[in-house]
Amino acid sequence: MHARLHAVVAAAAFGLAGAALAEGSTMDEIARYREMLAEGNPAELLEAKGEELWKKPRGPNKVSLEQCDLGLGPGALDGAYARLPRYFADTRKVMDAESRVVHCMVTLQGFREEDVTRNWYSKPGQESDIEALVTYIGGRSNGAKIDVPARHPEEARMAKIGEYIFYRRSGPQDFSCAICHGQEGKRIRLQELGKLTTQAGAGAAMGNWPSYRVSQGAVWTMQRRLIDCMRQARWPEPKYLADSIVALEVFLQKTASGTVMQTPGIKR
Amino acid sequence: MADPMKIRASAKDGITEVKVLMSHEMETGQRKDSSGNLVPAHFITEVSAEHNGRQVLAAQFGTAVSKNPYLAFKFKGGAKGDKLSVSWVDSKGDKRTDEVQIA
Amino acid sequence: MNHQRREVLKAGGGLGLFGLLAAAGLITPGEARAEWNKAAFDAKNIEDTLKALGAGAPASAAEVQLTAPDIAENGAVVPVGVISTLAGVEAIAILVEKNPNPLAASFTLPAGTEPGVQTRVKMGQTSDVYALVRAGGKFFMAKKEIKVTLGGCGG
Repeated sequence: MHARLHAVVAAAAFGLAGAALAEGSTMDEIARYREMLAEGNPAELLEAKGEELWKKPRGPNKVSLEQCDLGLGPGALDGAYARLPRYFADTRKVMDAESRVVHCMVTLQGFREEDVTRNWYSKPGQESDIEALVTYIGGRSNGAKIDVPARHPEEARMAKIGEYIFYRRSGPQDFSCAICHGQEGKRIRLQELGKLTTQAGAGAAMGNWPSYRVSQGAVWTMQRRLIDCMRQARWPEPKYLADSIVALEVFLQKTASGTVMQTPGIKR
Repeated sequence: MADPMKIRASAKDGITEVKVLMSHEMETGQRKDSSGNLVPAHFITEVSAEHNGRQVLAAQFGTAVSKNPYLAFKFKGGAKGDKLSVSWVDSKGDKRTDEVQIA
Repeated sequence: MNHQRREVLKAGGGLGLFGLLAAAGLITPGEARAEWNKAAFDAKNIEDTLKALGAGAPASAAEVQLTAPDIAENGAVVPVGVISTLAGVEAIAILVEKNPNPLAASFTLPAGTEPGVQTRVKMGQTSDVYALVRAGGKFFMAKKEIKVTLGGCGG
């Protein structure tokens, strides 16, 4: 035992080259793991459910969501997610896919917002309609280029606010998004952290959501991902659909513009 | 009522490849809920796949099969348009059958 | 509590899928297979599991291959495939040594079904995973260690 410990210490002392090599093959194996999971993504089950929810007459008004305008006109779904968030004249707000779906469920179907958003994410034994709908809507942008130029003054303002939030150190740990996501080659345990300030980095981060997280057994939407980032940074958690989250999305989507969406994704 | 499965079956060079995703929690009976109570085991126990009514695979699952089970296999025969059905039953006796045409 | 109804449900459950399918005329009684192998799924170590499966002490065979990554990013979902080049493969089973109950899944392959399956299993910790194959009435196996890593924040 003792001898073995020495060997380990010696190996650690000797060589970064060896360590880097071992890390390389570890990363290769993790890549292989992810590849094996890509075939048969459980998110497809949720996509199918989302499509059904989209097309089914529901709510007090007994209408479907097929007239919902996600920015490309009523009912136009292909590529819509890749162009969100954007400014909507009818609400005079910059909205992301999730806030827009909620808006449609309220205005078209007659649901109350608090009812629709109560289960904005799923827990074991408790499904979330929003999760399913957003997975379906995201999937209709699979293969589309992210295109959020943020040219409208309101969009440009949100992108600025998002950028500010990204770099702002805050909370009990004096933490910012940029500390983890502003440099190349960072990781937490074995998960690489993307550098979200470059097109490629932001594209890799944004283009796969909504994504099935195997550790959660559930699809996470972009809202959930970002709100949970805040929690992990020990910040106060924003409310679902908060402007701060939409602003971060505008900043990140703008940076990611030009990269191609591959969604639903599958992640750890 | 259980959610539908997602089944893909495609025939090529006399071999049909089948990929199935089932929608199921696959509770192990060892997880605790937020109030600290054990969540009872609830999992798919048996799966059967049939091609035009003939069984091509039978499976028995324990609690260690992952949530939303995935299953892939191949069998000889099968032509485009043939029926391929998959059935499961779980530890509470819930069951589900879905059918697709081989592509 | 409606006791009678529970009894009926229990009886229905006990019939098993193949019993139900046979009863519904979907498969012929000849195809209706053994009941869910409770003894094998409840066994707490590899030896007892093999015994319950009637496998005894199977020989390792190069003709059995277990395809899985060396490292799984999450133990809740570990992709595992088994393929075999042996003739007359009738059944395949996947066992995870360090799980509370090693047997994860077993498969019966009728004639004409290719000798291979892929699925995903849960692993509580880093462990040897066994692929067990029955071909021509004899059992063979392969094993591979799969490491389970601790999580980061997950993309």
